[in-house]
Amino acid sequence: MKGLTYFSIALLFLILIGLIYKSVPILKETSFGNLFFSTEWQPLKMKFGLLPFIISTLYVTIVAVVISVPLCLLTAIYLSEYADKRVIAFVNPLIDILAGIPSVIFGIWGIIEVVPLVRDYIAPAFGTTSSGYTILTGGIVLSIMIFPIIIHVLLEVFETIPEDLKNASLSVGATKWQTVKLVILRKAAPGVISAIVLGLSRAFGETLAVLMVVGNVIMIPISPLDPGYPITALIANNYGEMMSIPLYDSALMLASLILFVIVLVFNFISRRILKNIERKIA
Amino acid sequence: MKKETEILVPLMTEVCDEGNICVEGLNVYYGDRQALKDINITLPAKKITAIIGPSGCGKTTLLKCFNRLIDSIDGTKVTGKVMLNGEDIFDPHADVIKIRKKMGLLSQRPYPLPMSIYDNVAYGPRIHGIRKKSELNQIVEYYLREASLWDEVMDRLNTPASGLSIGQQQRLCLARGLAVKPEIILGDEPTSALDPISSAHIEKKFVEFKNKYTIVMVTHILRQAIRIADYIIFMYLGEIIEHGPAHQVLDNPKDKRTSDYIKGIIS
Repeated sequence: MKGLTYFSIALLFLILIGLIYKSVPILKETSFGNLFFSTEWQPLKMKFGLLPFIISTLYVTIVAVVISVPLCLLTAIYLSEYADKRVIAFVNPLIDILAGIPSVIFGIWGIIEVVPLVRDYIAPAFGTTSSGYTILTGGIVLSIMIFPIIIHVLLEVFETIPEDLKNASLSVGATKWQTVKLVILRKAAPGVISAIVLGLSRAFGETLAVLMVVGNVIMIPISPLDPGYPITALIANNYGEMMSIPLYDSALMLASLILFVIVLVFNFISRRILKNIERKIA
Repeated sequence: MKKETEILVPLMTEVCDEGNICVEGLNVYYGDRQALKDINITLPAKKITAIIGPSGCGKTTLLKCFNRLIDSIDGTKVTGKVMLNGEDIFDPHADVIKIRKKMGLLSQRPYPLPMSIYDNVAYGPRIHGIRKKSELNQIVEYYLREASLWDEVMDRLNTPASGLSIGQQQRLCLARGLAVKPEIILGDEPTSALDPISSAHIEKKFVEFKNKYTIVMVTHILRQAIRIADYIIFMYLGEIIEHGPAHQVLDNPKDKRTSDYIKGIIS
């Protein structure tokens, strides 16, 4: 047991070291600015600007979380505080099924349903035209994919809130909704944040469904109706091909390293936030 | 002839005096299990009533009927009436918020709300529409003094309530309950989690409050009932076995089960 635990921790560091080792060649050849602040991605000309990919990844993820979190919060509140037991018994397995659907199916759903929705309705509504393959499309598909994780964590969090605490609020004449808003959500705040961060981490890493609907155009997306090209899509689309181009392999490894670091940093920050909130509220 | 007797025997609700809590034919079912069986009792106003009895006898259930917290337990069915000031608490049209506002609750363990000491006391008044800072300040100070907590917390009102000791937390919960100006204080073994000194604090408060509030408390501690109760209700397996003035029930119990409980034979 102990050995396995250390092994999994070691694995994390081994991956990190491996990625760093493989990224060193490009870091030596190309300047920092040309890598991280350049939008030019032309491997044949030895130009490896990663900025469009980093921005796309962050953008899609943020859109997904912004769509997902309010929906998840309301769903979880309804299920834990208002719904009949029979509704919960019916809905919970459905959420589990949602979590088990392969991401390629979400991708296809995105192409068939969400892309036309964005192209024919959402983009015209904002007075622009779009192919439908956009950051927003990726965000919508991704938001559904992170739905089950966030809801599950939220339900568990709400479960831990003692009945007597709710009663304390109700007994001074608060309504149920006031109790939810002022007491339950406040008490659950650290858990809500960790649920969001879990959703974020999943969203950062999700590859297939996103790359199917996001357009994969190398540019810095400004509007959510612009196409984008997330890091995961870059790696998945290109790794293994055109490896004869010098430094190409190293550039993709660096992209992986960036993704890895983003997720690590997010986890770290969320832990800090969590600790702070726990100290404040508890 | 039969009809005449019906008219002659008035329903208890009709003679329920102002301030008294009159329970009439109250049955509570948790699913298939009957937790309260035909409870008929009048709890006197401006007195301390202690509900005693072994665990699982329905004491807490009875208490939860008074402020309708029983509503939030899944699968319960309630029949019968609980009258207070001429209104049936279980009337389908009854305003639950108003009923709960009339009753301050102290639970077994203190549950301070996840906010500052100040906000805990101001919670109820704010919900009921008081927004003015100066008014809230007054309310907070008044009720913290009322709960004998002011001197201990006056210089840290804006710190989290969770930082208080458990005894202080219970007094804070008392202040929080009082701040919505209830007529009745319900205590569900309010001292069971407290150390002896903190328990004594709460008991002392109850005795002080007796001419202002009707106090109903569930207690496991027989000595506590002896110390502070005016009126005692003994419950066993969901039924009221015996009730009456404290000294009568404690000194001369009529029922064998009551005397067995008092002697410690059943617990």
